[in-house]
Amino acid sequence: MVEYFTQHILSFSIWIPVLAGVIVLLTANDNKPCTTRWLALAGSIVSFLVTVPLYTHFNFADGGFQFQEGFRWIASFNINYHLGADGIAVPLILLTSFTTVIVVIAAWEVIEKRVAQYMACFLIMSGLMIGVFSALDAILYYVFWEAMLIPMFLVIGIWGGPNRVYATVKFFLYTLLGSLLMLVAFIFLFHSTGSFEIIDYYNLPMPLNVQVLIFLAFFAAFAVKIPMWPVHTWLPDAHVEAPTGGSVVLAAIALKLGGYSFLRFAMPIAPDAAHYLSGYMIALSLIAIVYIALVALVQKDMKKLIAYSSISHMGFVTLGFFLFNNLGLDGAIVQMVSHGFISAAMFLAVGVLYDRVHSRQIESYGGVANTMPTFAAFAVFFAMANSGLPGTSGFVGEFMVILGAIQANFWYAFLASFTLIFGAAYTLWMVKRVFYGEVANEHVAALKDLSKREFLIMAILATLVLALGIYPQPLTDMTNATVTQLLTHLAQSKLPAGL
Amino acid sequence: MENIRYDLITALPEIIILSMAMIVLIADLFLTKCSRIAIYGLSQFALLAAAYVTVTTHTTSVTYAFTGNFVDDPMADVLKLMMFLGTSLIFVYSRQYLQLRNMFRGEFYSLVLFALVGMMIMVSGQSMLTLYVGLELLSLSLYALVALDRDNARATEAAMKYFVLGALASGMLLYGMSMVYGMTGSLNISDIHAALMSGAAIHSVLILGLVFIVAGLAFKLGAVPFQMWVPDVYEGSPTAMTMLISSVPKLAAFAFIIRMLVQGLQTLVVDWQQMLMIMAVLSIILGNITAIAQTNLKRMLAYSTISHVGFVLYGLMSASMNGFISAMFYVVSYVIMTLAGFGMILLLSRKGFEAESLNDLKGLNQRSPWHAFLMLIVMFSMAGVPPTLGFYAKFTVLQAALQAGYLWLVVFAVLMAVIGAFYYLRVIKLMYFDEPIDHSPIEAPVDMRIALGVNALALLVIGLMPEGLMELCAYAISKSLS
Repeated sequence: MVEYFTQHILSFSIWIPVLAGVIVLLTANDNKPCTTRWLALAGSIVSFLVTVPLYTHFNFADGGFQFQEGFRWIASFNINYHLGADGIAVPLILLTSFTTVIVVIAAWEVIEKRVAQYMACFLIMSGLMIGVFSALDAILYYVFWEAMLIPMFLVIGIWGGPNRVYATVKFFLYTLLGSLLMLVAFIFLFHSTGSFEIIDYYNLPMPLNVQVLIFLAFFAAFAVKIPMWPVHTWLPDAHVEAPTGGSVVLAAIALKLGGYSFLRFAMPIAPDAAHYLSGYMIALSLIAIVYIALVALVQKDMKKLIAYSSISHMGFVTLGFFLFNNLGLDGAIVQMVSHGFISAAMFLAVGVLYDRVHSRQIESYGGVANTMPTFAAFAVFFAMANSGLPGTSGFVGEFMVILGAIQANFWYAFLASFTLIFGAAYTLWMVKRVFYGEVANEHVAALKDLSKREFLIMAILATLVLALGIYPQPLTDMTNATVTQLLTHLAQSKLPAGL
Repeated sequence: MENIRYDLITALPEIIILSMAMIVLIADLFLTKCSRIAIYGLSQFALLAAAYVTVTTHTTSVTYAFTGNFVDDPMADVLKLMMFLGTSLIFVYSRQYLQLRNMFRGEFYSLVLFALVGMMIMVSGQSMLTLYVGLELLSLSLYALVALDRDNARATEAAMKYFVLGALASGMLLYGMSMVYGMTGSLNISDIHAALMSGAAIHSVLILGLVFIVAGLAFKLGAVPFQMWVPDVYEGSPTAMTMLISSVPKLAAFAFIIRMLVQGLQTLVVDWQQMLMIMAVLSIILGNITAIAQTNLKRMLAYSTISHVGFVLYGLMSASMNGFISAMFYVVSYVIMTLAGFGMILLLSRKGFEAESLNDLKGLNQRSPWHAFLMLIVMFSMAGVPPTLGFYAKFTVLQAALQAGYLWLVVFAVLMAVIGAFYYLRVIKLMYFDEPIDHSPIEAPVDMRIALGVNALALLVIGLMPEGLMELCAYAISKSLS
């Protein structure tokens, strides 16, 4: 039994949350939301516990895929149900299952209509996203990648804000367009290799022009998801309209799907194209870091500000990828995980205010620290982390990427380090306007401080941000072998001999 | 004598359905209104019996009968079984609808069975004449079915339109066939192929004939630029008839194309490939873009059908075994999706109320979460989003086209699929994000609810395990075309 479990641990990680979601949906009774909530919480906690052995059983010395399992799925097209996770995937899988628990708790009293459907959407989405992180077959990956859109579409559309329909349709169509181009690339690779195994693609030699086209098809899918400038415009809309849980999952995990996929597909399958186009990728990343940070500065809506801040921080991730050195890549992965915690916390903090005042505008607040001192302490801490204060996880990733950038080119590092100024500027300025000063109006005066439930989530996230900031080694140990192996692979040209 | 017995056994499923069509016609005269349900039972029984015979007489080889004018091969058997299944579902879904509208009469069942015989002959026809007769039997039955509700002005208009344009298309098809006959001296598909291989025919005359044949087929299939009738007929016909027109006949049209173009006019492949390509691209553009502007659900599904036909043509124009298999897979998937979609419209219709407008779907999630979920699956399947059947349908067709070297056409199709996703998403938006206008409970007989549930969930289940259906199509095509 135990052996069976350890051999199929990834399958369990994917299907237990999905199953939990279906059970929640089937036992739905909107008159008794409490049962539904507890059921969903139990489901999410079990799902999280199932993923923990991925860490405890992980072989830190092995840079390849571990926990592999599989069987022939669609024989006609040589498609396999093939799962496996390496040092990049495992932290993200843990992040996913952990975030789902947070989201379920965060929705506790906030979501009142159609509770079961809400919880089920998040549980199912969690399973599907873990599927994306662990699929080693292109079509299996694609199925998870696309299927994940369906619950997210519903979450934003049903429980979102006033302009939710526009936001969710935009989100869906943007992502779909990119993914379908990726599908064309997969089909092309299938006809070249006769297989949908990602590992087969890694060893397929291709001339540069083909690689560039393949890379661009992947780029269309992943750049939208990350999102990179200039295809980022769906993100602020989606974030603003989504319910708190939706924003948290979008920021903490969905964006990482794009970053992860660059490392899993675009770069190792078309390494020469990745080198060839790295200048453009770095330019886009730097634009995201600098320009989007400036855009964030002028936002009046808190959620929009955090959304832009997310894009800017994800710019660090893509910058780190395309530096092609150890520090950059390690830093990018740390940044992904750290951003998962910090952005989740920031969105939850906005959610706390929104639930009480029903406004996301900065100008509706002022002097919140007077009425909600505990909350203000947490919010200021997360704001510091978001602007990259040393000692928090936000610092580690950014610092490593900047160090990596200096190795590559001084000016990259110079431009990237602007984020430390701008990031501090937009975050702290928001904090100042919302939390400090006189109590602005009677709404703020009537605010009640954090409930136990809210305190619990904030405290957990704060601990993690701090822990990762002070001692990031468990994470970097995990990614190290994989990153080294990936860089070795990327350094080898895949151009056919004689060209 | 032995020969005749052999011929009759080969065509036994057709004979069963045909006999039942006539029995129903006569029995209807003697049945009172309350006992008409017997007709429904008889029709379902005929489908079951025919399916049983088809399965038991199935062989993996190709059998010719009636001096080579009739063929029974694995493709014919598989498509016929799909037709029985589809027709049976149509009977289940439409029963209450017809009862409430005073159309629950013997004519409906006998006409549908006649149409089914026509389709079966189209599937098994091995001579241009047999194929044509099958097509006409189907078409005439459909014209009459559309006009069955004779006091309904819209339906009568639709029937008239359908008839006039349909007759024109039949004429074109026949004209094209006559030219091919003139050049090859035979009506038999195998003989035509042999004659063309010998290379004696005048190419230009053949091409002229081919153009007419393709135009006639495109009309029946509803491909652009021969799609004008589709939206009007879909909208005007009673929903039960629309469901019939939009679903099962596509299987027959697919078989017709395989018999005529692939088996008969194989030597002209380069020519018909180009024609299909143009129609495929135009169908996908027009179908997807025009569907956005529709407010009528049936009209929207009509344009959606046009775009699906475009995707089927993508498979056919690849002109490879892979392409034909994928086209067949697409057609079969399309039929399953369409039946579920129209089944849902029938479910929402009540006495004196036709659920036709998109707004009738508003807030379905609050009225009935289960049915909203089923419709969600249908819509995502039509949009081609995994893990539904529709994704694999698009996937197989696109990979076949890519293998045939049409990279940019595939990219184009993909862009159009994104546009297409928009109007399917709108349906979901109405069901899930809007408040209901109409709060009346959904009433439907139990068998319909179960059938619809199974039908829609099949899209998801086959989507998770598509191997069986894919292998079935691969088996049917590869055994029949060799």
